[in-house]
Amino acid sequence: MRPSTTRLLNILVPVKRAVDYAVKIRVNPQQTGVDLNVKHSMNPFDEIAIEEAVRIRERLPKGSEPVTITALTIGPPKSVETLRTALAMGADAAFHVELPETSPAPEPLGVAKAVQAIIEKQLNSVDMVILGKQSIDDDLGQTGQMLAGLLDWGQATYASKVDLDLEQKNAVITREIDGGLEQVCVKFPLIVTTDLRLNEPRYASLPNIMKAKKKPVTKLTPADLGVSFKPQMEVIKVTEPPKRVGGTKVESVDELVEKLKAAGFTAVS
Amino acid sequence: MLPRRSFVIFRSFLTRNYASGPSPHALVFLEHRQGDIDSGSLSALTAASQLGGKVAGLVVGSSEFVPAVVDKVKKLKGLTSLLHSTSDLYAEQLPETLSPLLEKLLSDSEYTHVVSTPSSLAKSLLPRVAAKLDVPLVSEITSLEHDSSSNSTTFTRPIYAGNAISTVRLPSSVPIKFFTVRATNFDPAPFEESQEIEVKAIDPVDVPNCPTKHISTQLAKSDRPDLSVAGRVVSGGRPLKNAETFAATLNPLADVLGAALGASRAAVDAGYVDNSLQVGQTGKVVAPELYMAIGISGAIQHLAGMKDSKMIVAVNKDPDAPIFQVADVGLVADLYEAVPQIIEKLKQ
Repeated sequence: MRPSTTRLLNILVPVKRAVDYAVKIRVNPQQTGVDLNVKHSMNPFDEIAIEEAVRIRERLPKGSEPVTITALTIGPPKSVETLRTALAMGADAAFHVELPETSPAPEPLGVAKAVQAIIEKQLNSVDMVILGKQSIDDDLGQTGQMLAGLLDWGQATYASKVDLDLEQKNAVITREIDGGLEQVCVKFPLIVTTDLRLNEPRYASLPNIMKAKKKPVTKLTPADLGVSFKPQMEVIKVTEPPKRVGGTKVESVDELVEKLKAAGFTAVS
Repeated sequence: MLPRRSFVIFRSFLTRNYASGPSPHALVFLEHRQGDIDSGSLSALTAASQLGGKVAGLVVGSSEFVPAVVDKVKKLKGLTSLLHSTSDLYAEQLPETLSPLLEKLLSDSEYTHVVSTPSSLAKSLLPRVAAKLDVPLVSEITSLEHDSSSNSTTFTRPIYAGNAISTVRLPSSVPIKFFTVRATNFDPAPFEESQEIEVKAIDPVDVPNCPTKHISTQLAKSDRPDLSVAGRVVSGGRPLKNAETFAATLNPLADVLGAALGASRAAVDAGYVDNSLQVGQTGKVVAPELYMAIGISGAIQHLAGMKDSKMIVAVNKDPDAPIFQVADVGLVADLYEAVPQIIEKLKQ
């Protein structure tokens, strides 16, 4: 970061360490959750969020004022790996709100309050927060909207295209909505949540992974932020979904169509 | 004299109610598009009725559509009252303009639950409102049970792309319980001609200096049934090569079955069809009578969106494709040979 320049654009990207998307998860025998001794990685939507922040910087003409990208995660000690990934992808600095290994997963409202506290207590100014539209573990899809509500900022969820106008201090965003697309214009500061089609996240190169080890990670505790992560939803149990009895193969198209017709699926025209 | 006495009666009524747990009073956010009621909202209403208390509906929009929608909605079975708010401000429904209205409506109100279908609008709006009221939200529930004595509501919902089912309870300490409802798990509420319910207009809430402006909307036009409510769905994947072959191969099959078109993420990302046709964890969740997966391998994320279909038929070249583990009828074949034959034989 160059000294004495006014920061043009501060982007904050909260990321989450989640069970890797390719892992076939198993419910534990106590029915309290799923077996977490499996591969974890950054929530895929959050990779897209980091990628977008880096691309925003790369899209700016050379010689522009700097963009700072701050990554943030809330979770057990191992979550710092996720921050290192974000730093290797191009984030400049990171915050880790460390939770004890055994504490329950924080809920979106707790996370949103923590991000709000970091914005208000730890950062001078934030122009834009980019979050994934949902995490692939709890599938709740709420944090970005809750944060926008708490801060009273404009929001653009399910973004598939983000265009910034730095002069006007606003963003034109294409959103994926039921049945099509929508464009909105949102003033800074704003919240964006990413859809799958926003971009294709890059792989961190080895030199960048090495560099990321030297980038600053600030550790914080829930007490530093004055935020409680006590869940409000009581998890009664976690169970396996009902098994589908499938797996019957037929030998020919004739047999397939026969089965369709037998089940009442005939041509309508 | 009189006002004071009625006040006392009101208070004692409240006290008695609290001792035995207040009766549920749900507010259902009913959506419409250009005057047509959203079918997912009808399922949300069914779920709200299962709480066992009063159910108020809320319709918001511009003066162009609200009166007609109100006329239709007030005949919905299960509604005990209907609120509507009409303003040009609500012509384009933005979370930033709608959340002040909901906040006002819910603050110091008797509502115990806020219910909606997980549409792209509701998913953008409700968490914003819930955060302002400092309460959590339970997304995409598949069943619910309200216990009046403890004033708690228990829900089930899929997590990890539907690979586990979580049972969660919102206790009495959560004063307003927000949840969205998976339409595939609740029948749509029917209409009832003779019903008379209280219909009340509420004033819109002005939003000075709204940070967000709507610019434009492009909806994918289609004569086919809507994917999320269709009884039959024909869905295609990556092997369909491009938009032209996707259409040329699957449109005739969808036509002959009167089915909606769906697609895997791979097909959508490759640009074969519009994004809104994506079936899966991050797209639409469907549970039709018939789901035909053509050239879809069956990744976890795709299965999350269709494995509750009544009958799954898969056509795939790869005999080891995971889709065959859930398919009721699987055919290992080249789709370009099999699909035209299926169409031909269905017509016979």
